[in-house]
Amino acid sequence: MPQLSTDVLIVGAGGAGMYAAIAAAERGASVLLVDKGQVGRGGATIMAQMTVAAALGEQEPDSPALHLEDTLKAGRGLCNEELAWLVCRDGPQRIAEMEQWGTRWARESGRIKQEMAPGHSVKRCCYVDFLNTGPAVAATLRRKVGETANIRRISNVAVLEILVHGGHAVGAVALDLADGNWLTIQARAVILAAGGLTKLYARNSASANMGGEAYALALSAGAELVDMEFVQFFPIGHLAPRLVGMDPILWDPFRYKLGGKLLNGCFEEFIDRYGSTDFGSYNATRDVAAYAILKEVEAERGSPHGGAYLDFRHIPETQLRAAFGPVIDRLVANGIDLTQRAVEVGPMAHYHMGGIRVDTDMQTRIPGLYAAGEAVGGSNGANRLSGNAITEAFVFGARAGTAAAEKTRQAAQDWGDRTAREWVERLEKFRQSDHRGGIAPIALQAELQELMWEKAGAFRTGEKLVAALARIEEIKERELLHLCLSGEQRFNLDVQDAFELRAMLMAAEAVVRSALERVESRGAHQREDFPLADARLMKNQTVEIKDDALSLRWSAPVRLDRSRITDD
Amino acid sequence: MTDSIRKAAHLCIRRGASGEAVRYDRFEVPYEEGMSVLDALRWIRAHVDSTLAIRYSCINANACKTCMALVNGSVEYTCTAKLTPEEITVEPLPKRPLIRDLITDVLADEEKL
Repeated sequence: MPQLSTDVLIVGAGGAGMYAAIAAAERGASVLLVDKGQVGRGGATIMAQMTVAAALGEQEPDSPALHLEDTLKAGRGLCNEELAWLVCRDGPQRIAEMEQWGTRWARESGRIKQEMAPGHSVKRCCYVDFLNTGPAVAATLRRKVGETANIRRISNVAVLEILVHGGHAVGAVALDLADGNWLTIQARAVILAAGGLTKLYARNSASANMGGEAYALALSAGAELVDMEFVQFFPIGHLAPRLVGMDPILWDPFRYKLGGKLLNGCFEEFIDRYGSTDFGSYNATRDVAAYAILKEVEAERGSPHGGAYLDFRHIPETQLRAAFGPVIDRLVANGIDLTQRAVEVGPMAHYHMGGIRVDTDMQTRIPGLYAAGEAVGGSNGANRLSGNAITEAFVFGARAGTAAAEKTRQAAQDWGDRTAREWVERLEKFRQSDHRGGIAPIALQAELQELMWEKAGAFRTGEKLVAALARIEEIKERELLHLCLSGEQRFNLDVQDAFELRAMLMAAEAVVRSALERVESRGAHQREDFPLADARLMKNQTVEIKDDALSLRWSAPVRLDRSRITDD
Repeated sequence: MTDSIRKAAHLCIRRGASGEAVRYDRFEVPYEEGMSVLDALRWIRAHVDSTLAIRYSCINANACKTCMALVNGSVEYTCTAKLTPEEITVEPLPKRPLIRDLITDVLADEEKL
């Protein structure tokens, strides 16, 4: 018999997971919210110091339809338009709801401040000052989760398999990291809200828990993934000097408000060599900036840490302080005086457009299995519009929670005791695998991160991708089966790393296989051997497990019936 | 790694699970300007001793607030505590029940099984 039982099990307690928990509990469902780290402290939302896009129209006229238009344009023809429409339509409601729950959006003369950001046709991006959006919304959701009856939170529990019985998701098998014991959980609905896969890359802006676990859980349960080749690389992530207490992508708002010169390792401006203009104001598009920086590094004209310099020394201190007040002091505390030195920046993995394939109720093709937040694939197509990530965490979280609560009104599915037992045995066997002479899983994780960065990063070739795939398969067949794991029961990070690695390999393979098949360049997927977009490939790739192997197929993008825009 | 890593930093870390004998292990890590104590702890796990039990989530942002420990006798976030060329002592939080190494029980009762 299962050790725990709930109406709705939510895997991952970041922005989307907490929102889903509140929505499900408010509709009468009992909720179990679990996180492999601490509830409300992990994931991507809490890291995000930037902005949230929603058509509030507080600064200038705007509409969800216009927000949708911008979102679809960024997605280069591949967006699941139904999902994108939900983000744009429900975004303003969610922003208002968060304010009711206590988030203090920056306001001026009574109106919510909204800024311009790349790709948006109007001022649409709201925020919490100063660079505090993510931590502030995470705090709001933590408080609201704590106040909502029917939500049980459990930290330090890693869900490792979703149990499917009679074709329905009926719960999960998890490892209680605190004591090393297995845990079986029965649920009438399961929501995967464990984020994306940016931890697969050596350079990333992720927290420790973005290793693609949601994708591996979905695949293993029989659900499909979509658009896995589309990883968003943020062009000017912070590389050096070492900066802590800040989101590594912090330089974007500096760029909007102040400009800043992008210089190579010889302190020369270089963007104009790559078919764009910069003129000292840093207005090159993200893809050109990323490409130009990596090419300068390749030509050995990079900065010491393998990037470029971003230089604000021409901007007076009074102007820096007027724009960023206390942030300037936090930078100085890190030894970074922008009036005295340039910082080093470069591309880093920032977000994953691909993910779990769902319908507009956020349900996968496995009844009872839902997804929310960055774990969902499709709404952003080939490239995500800036500011849409937290919006989708809120919107998809609310929808998944609502739909899952509805689901629990239906008759309960049978719990599969034998299936659960078999999974526990298989997982235990993996944990007890031959330890001697093996490699520590954290070292293999580091190798995989370097491999993905070098061979399946921002600029790809068929040759590099084939090499990446070969090594991934080798690790799966060799090293993964002979990991060196210590025998501790409590908080055994080796064991945690090993299960993460298992998921990371599956997610990495999905990325690489999808990237190999897409023989064109589109949005965030750039192939140096196929530099142009191919109109015949304006379609999505889905990934599923067939006969114990990943299997890919093409499918037509989901289009929106435009008459529904006026109806809502 | 890059040429700028030339110096070394030294850490003395209290080890052991509750109920076990306490020991202190010394580690040398490559030092680079601006490195945090958490950077050093993560480096040790990746390169020397993967069994070192530490807790963190956001790595950089000082947003998750889960990486607290006693650094040279005072309670600090290991992600914002800077590494120095002098030896640094890192111990678990003294007022929380010890679980293992630098991990203490910091959860509210309702967040546990």
